[in-house]
Amino acid sequence: MNVPSDLRYTDSHEWARLERDGSVSVGITWHAQDRLGDLVYVEVPTVGKSFEKGEACAVVESVKAASDIYAPVSGQVEAVNQDLNSSPEKVNEDAYAAWMFRLRPSDPGQMGMLLSAADYEKLIAADEH
Amino acid sequence: MPFIPHTEEDVRAMLASIGVDSIEQLFDEIPPELRQIKLQLAEGLSEMEVMRLMQQRAQADGEYSSFLGAGAYEHHIPAAVWQIATRGEFYSAYTPYQAEASQGTLQLLFEYQTMMASLTGMDVTNASLYDGASALAEAVLMAVRLQRGPRRVLVPTTLSPTYRAVVRAIVSNQDIELVELPYAPDTGTTLLDSLRRWEAQPFAALVIPHPNFFGALEPVHKLADWAHAQNALAIGVINPVSVALLQPPGAWGDKGCDIALGEGQPLGVPLAGGGPYFGFIACKQAHVRQMPGRIVGQTLDAEGRIGFALTLQAREQHIRRSKATSNICTNQGLAVTAATIYMAILGPEGLRNVARACHANLLALLERVTTVPGVRRRFATPVFHEAVLNVSVSAHDLLERLQEQRLLAGFDLSRDYPELGNALLVCVTETKTQADIEGYANALQSTLGQLQRAAAA
Repeated sequence: MNVPSDLRYTDSHEWARLERDGSVSVGITWHAQDRLGDLVYVEVPTVGKSFEKGEACAVVESVKAASDIYAPVSGQVEAVNQDLNSSPEKVNEDAYAAWMFRLRPSDPGQMGMLLSAADYEKLIAADEH
Repeated sequence: MPFIPHTEEDVRAMLASIGVDSIEQLFDEIPPELRQIKLQLAEGLSEMEVMRLMQQRAQADGEYSSFLGAGAYEHHIPAAVWQIATRGEFYSAYTPYQAEASQGTLQLLFEYQTMMASLTGMDVTNASLYDGASALAEAVLMAVRLQRGPRRVLVPTTLSPTYRAVVRAIVSNQDIELVELPYAPDTGTTLLDSLRRWEAQPFAALVIPHPNFFGALEPVHKLADWAHAQNALAIGVINPVSVALLQPPGAWGDKGCDIALGEGQPLGVPLAGGGPYFGFIACKQAHVRQMPGRIVGQTLDAEGRIGFALTLQAREQHIRRSKATSNICTNQGLAVTAATIYMAILGPEGLRNVARACHANLLALLERVTTVPGVRRRFATPVFHEAVLNVSVSAHDLLERLQEQRLLAGFDLSRDYPELGNALLVCVTETKTQADIEGYANALQSTLGQLQRAAAA
């Protein structure tokens, strides 16, 4: 199990990192990529678009399934990771380095409502049973 | 289909087990007027006698000489096409559920896709859709998804009225606005001046029918470039036979169409009321994940041998459920099988010959019928295998009188395009001879004369 303690998590298996400039980077957890299998495609959102917390804003497609990625916090998309267009396998190689998009949160307080690493570990432990 | 008879006892047992008394009661919910099919057969006829009777009755329907197109086209289909298509190995309407177990079917679909991509000049095509009109609806939905913004699509009125109605029915409840563009009254092609007002207002795509419903050739390069200049997509709607002569949608304008589609029936599928026909759809590689339907890919098996597999399935409904690219993307396996065999038998040169013969026959017909008093060509635009004629009497009456003479002389345009006056759409394919064309012109002349005299009297 690989759940870095400096990140926040959602129960839909996204991770969120508060960057120094106040933006929030988003990706999927090690557990999520492990369950999906080899990723073949990542569809990132359009820069400039705004999403509400919990809204579907990206899609990951693996050899066996396609899943939506939900915004962990409300905000506007500031940047997307174009590398994943040609190399979706980077998500499998290092889930926490392969950020998908960065949001400028409209309510920074929402970060505090996300799961801690310990909570997320409990969630996936329950998921294993 | 095997013949499996039921004994009266079988029928009684089956009715008893579902709790109805009789066959009539079983079909009770069908209105009685629809059940009044009385074959009026004498009792106890032999098989030979029944065959003879049925042949006589079929002959009573008569045989028509058809100059009717408007979306479905009569072409010569080499006998080998359906002889091969109806072999047991091919004779199944669907892509199999255990797809990879049927390598032959997948190979055929892969070859179909390859041929269609080559014909349309596009990067990729799928394994077919339900028909041409619903393929356009899918293209509109696809364009709106790809553009991720404007939910407006520009649709010329030179696009088939049926296609416009089908697209409206499918997309109107999805918050998509279809804007109809007028056509120029002298050319019968999309009025370029009407585009200007959309330069300031966002839209997802422009639909370009070519040849259009009037048989006329649209200024496709200008239209495709204009759409791209507005950051919108260009959707080409084509007749697959026409692109054997005309530039394919992949080559329209500087960038080519983003999506191309059409009705596949002209490629080896016989005319039939209500089909089955099939639709084809093709797109640029960059858009493939938004293209609905099945796609067959070529791969290598564990031993390095060439094999075929369904690919990009994650966007399909059995995996993505309600978020799939489409939930109505029925493919037409058997019609596609025939089309693949048809294209393989004709080859590029054969298809070009068909297209050339259609075009030469149309020009011959137009030259001849415009010598008939009271008949003139409506538009002076280059055409492919169909054209609009204005006639001096009611087109409806004229067509009806000619039909009594076993001649389907064209499509009455007055309902969909009342501004054209007495107008009909006439179609000629390679199936017609010089004598057929002469016969058409003579029938037109005499019937038109009779109607004129009747009106004057």
